[in-house]
Amino acid sequence: MKLSILVNEGPYQHQSADTAIQFTKAALEKGHEIFRVFFYHDGVNNGTRFAVPPQDDRNITEQWTELARENDLDLVICIAAAQRRGILDENEAKRQGKDGNNIADGFRISGLGQLIEAGIQSDRLVIFGD
Amino acid sequence: MPMLHTVNKSPFERRTLDTALRHAVKGAAILLIEDGVYAAFDGTVVADKVRAALADHKIYVLGPDVTARGMSAHHVIDGLEVVDYGGFVDLVTEYDKVQSWL
Repeated sequence: MKLSILVNEGPYQHQSADTAIQFTKAALEKGHEIFRVFFYHDGVNNGTRFAVPPQDDRNITEQWTELARENDLDLVICIAAAQRRGILDENEAKRQGKDGNNIADGFRISGLGQLIEAGIQSDRLVIFGD
Repeated sequence: MPMLHTVNKSPFERRTLDTALRHAVKGAAILLIEDGVYAAFDGTVVADKVRAALADHKIYVLGPDVTARGMSAHHVIDGLEVVDYGGFVDLVTEYDKVQSWL
């Protein structure tokens, strides 16, 4: 089946970012297709490569990056939510006159239309959040 | 198959379990995840309500979130089914839609 995932909660907040990763892994192991993972609201904070959690803690962003690399996932960050929270890719940093970008490997910034498309194209949209 | 409702907050913190039960039609399923699993344990003030809901709904609870809270399957109310993440995925595909009560 074709599934999409919506993540509305930041990492290390409650548990939803972790649940979303575990669910995505389990779905891939069962042979389902993950059409897209969309990060919205505080969920965009999953996509910064500048986070440095303690070494004995899980690194949620790296888990997403690795999962995306292994399975060719489309990890999309909402642009408006990202701008509010200081998540920038190279283009956005240039456009907003900022001195650097912090987006993690495997993530891309795009618009809400990507969420709508994921909802239309997928058999199920599963929401994780606060 | 009707809808799968997921509940991720403790019934001692928020009212989302009540909301889910009020909206769920007969035959719809409830899946308790994250802090929502506190509703699955026997001997609490919400246990009777959960037991009563079993008449109209299958109720599942995510096992890894039970053990993450120092509890185990034998604390879970009889009639609830413990599933793992793979079981969570199966429920999502078996039911027509998923409603996440956040």
